[in-house]
Amino acid sequence: MDTELVVGFLPLVDACLPILAREHGFAEDEGISIRLVRDVSWATVLDRLLYGHSDAAHLVAPLAIATTLGRGRPAQPLSVPFVLGLNGNAITMRPDLADRVCPHGPLEGRLGDPAAVGAALRGAVDEALARGRPLRFGVVHRYSSHNYMLRYWLAACGIRPDRDVEITTVPPPFCADALEAGEVDAICVGEPWNSVAVERGAGRIVLATAQIWRRGVEKVLALREPVMVKKRESVQRLIRAMCRAGRHFVDPANWEVNAAILARPEYLDGDAVLIRRAISDRLLLARGGEVVPYPDFMFQYREAANFPWVSQAEWLYTQMVRWDGPGFDPADAARAARVFRPDVYRSALVGTGEPLPGASSKVEGSLSQKTSVGTQQGTMTLESNRFFDERVFDPADLAGYLAALDRG
Amino acid sequence: MRIAIVDESAARASVIQEGLATLEDCEIFVVTERRGLVARIGEIAPDVVLMDLGNPSRDVLEEYFAVSRALARPIAMFVDESDDESIAASIDAGVSAYVVDGLAASRIRGLLDLAVRRFNAFARLQSDLAEARGQLAERETIDKAKRILMDSRGLPEPKAYAEMRSAAMSQGRRIADIAEAIVTAHKLMARPTGEK
Repeated sequence: MDTELVVGFLPLVDACLPILAREHGFAEDEGISIRLVRDVSWATVLDRLLYGHSDAAHLVAPLAIATTLGRGRPAQPLSVPFVLGLNGNAITMRPDLADRVCPHGPLEGRLGDPAAVGAALRGAVDEALARGRPLRFGVVHRYSSHNYMLRYWLAACGIRPDRDVEITTVPPPFCADALEAGEVDAICVGEPWNSVAVERGAGRIVLATAQIWRRGVEKVLALREPVMVKKRESVQRLIRAMCRAGRHFVDPANWEVNAAILARPEYLDGDAVLIRRAISDRLLLARGGEVVPYPDFMFQYREAANFPWVSQAEWLYTQMVRWDGPGFDPADAARAARVFRPDVYRSALVGTGEPLPGASSKVEGSLSQKTSVGTQQGTMTLESNRFFDERVFDPADLAGYLAALDRG
Repeated sequence: MRIAIVDESAARASVIQEGLATLEDCEIFVVTERRGLVARIGEIAPDVVLMDLGNPSRDVLEEYFAVSRALARPIAMFVDESDDESIAASIDAGVSAYVVDGLAASRIRGLLDLAVRRFNAFARLQSDLAEARGQLAERETIDKAKRILMDSRGLPEPKAYAEMRSAAMSQGRRIADIAEAIVTAHKLMARPTGEK
C-alpha cells in the first residue's frame, strides 16, 4: 500500500481538514502521511491533480463535476469521497452599495435578509444599467459554489445574471483590491478574504451564503477516479483522519491552536485573528463595528457534513446546465451524480463512532426544523437545510426542477 | 503565430521570450501586469498563451477563454489530449499552455518543448543564483567570525582562520558552521546597544 498521499490546496480556511489531519498526527495514527502542496489558482490545483503531481485536491465542488463532464478541458472522471465543508462564504459589497441595499445591516452588526437585500439591490441594478455600467460581482471561479449560490440568489430576486449584472472571476487574494479599485461592486468569496476586505474598509459583509442555502455544499476532496481505485485503502484512512480533524476543528477548545496552525506561512500565510473569527462562526461585518456570531457560517463536521450526498452533486449539475448550457442531458446528469461517492465514505467509516446516513440522496431544502433521519450506523438529526426562497430540490426530477427555475 | 507570455516575473518572461525568438514567423508579446490582463490578451489576440503555473490569474484567464468560446469568438483553448506527453512535460516544468483551435499539433509540440527547456533553464539559473548567494553569505559570516576572534582574543588574521579550521576539523563540521556559531554566540553575549 502506498502510504503517502499528496494533497493540493488553495490557502483558504476550508482547506483546514487535511492540514489539521496532518498537523495533529491523525493521519499518522491511521498509518498514512499527508504531503500538502499549496497553489494560488484552482487551475493549477486541478492541473497538478490531472498530471499526477498530487493524489487528491481541495477543490471547489462544481469544478470536480465540470472536469468529469469535460467542460473547459478534456474530460477526466473525478471522484469525491468526502466533502470538506458546507458554506463558509459571504457576499461583501462596496460600502456605499452595502449601505444602500442593507441600511440597517453591517454597521449595526446585522447580516441582511436575502430577500430584502435582493429587492433593494434591484433598484441599484436598474440604475447602473441605465448608466450603461452594470453592477459587477466577483466570484472565485466559474465552476464554484460561490458562483452558483450568488446566481441562485440574484435570479430568485428577479435579477438576471449576465444580463442585468456582470459576474466575473477574481482570485480570492485580490478580492479586496478589486473592491477598492472599483473593478467590482461586490464579491462572493470564502474566508479570510471577506474579513480582509472589511478590515481594509474596502467592503462590508452583507450576506453569508449559508443564508441562501442553509446547508450548501462547498469544497470537496477530489481524486482522479483511477487513483481512487488504486489507492482506496489509503484514501479510506485519509477520510477517517479528516473526520477526526473535523471533530477537533469544531471544538471551541481548539480554535486558538487551529487558527495558529492555519495561519502559518506554509498554509494560509494569513492573520490568525481573522482565521479564528471564521472558524468560530463570528464575523466583523463593517470596519469599526462589532464582531457578531452567525452560527454555522462554516459547517465542517456536524450532521455528517462531510457525507457526499449524491443529491448535492445533482443540484450542482442543474446549476451548471442553468448557467452554462447546453441543456439538460440525462447521461451527463448520471455522470455528474457518480462523481460523489458515498460508498467510499461509508466503507471508510463503518465500525467507527461516526453516524452514517441510510440514504445516499435526499430532497434538498425540505427541512425547516430538526428532523431525525434513518441511519445505517449511529443516530443523526438534521437541522434546517432551506433555500432562502423555500424552493425544494427533488433529485428524482432534475428536469422538472430546471423547468420550474426557468419559469421563475 | 502570435504568442503571449504571461508571467509576473519579468526576468523569467524575458528568458522564455529569448528562447522563443528563434522560432520562425512568431510574434511574441510579454504581459507581466496583472491589472487589465484580459483586455490586453484580447488586444493581442494570441494563437498561443503561455502562463506560469504559479500565476494567480490563471482562473481569470480560463474564464475569459470559456466566455469567448460561448460567444463563438474562440480566443484560445486547452491543448487537447492528442499531445498529452508535451503537456505533462510543460506542467512538470511549471508552465501551462493555451492554444487557439486548429493549430497544427507539430507546431504546438515544437513550441512547448522550447518553452519547457527555457522554463527549466530559468529554474536552474535561479538555483545557481541561490547557491551563489548562499556561498557569498557564508563567506561574509566567516569574515565576521574572523574579526570577532581577532578583536576578542587579539589574534592575527591567519591565526584566527586557522583556529576556526582546526575547530571544524576536530568536530567534523564545516568552517561556515563554526563561523555561524561564533557570530551567534557573539550576538548573544554582546551587551545591548547603548550600554557600551
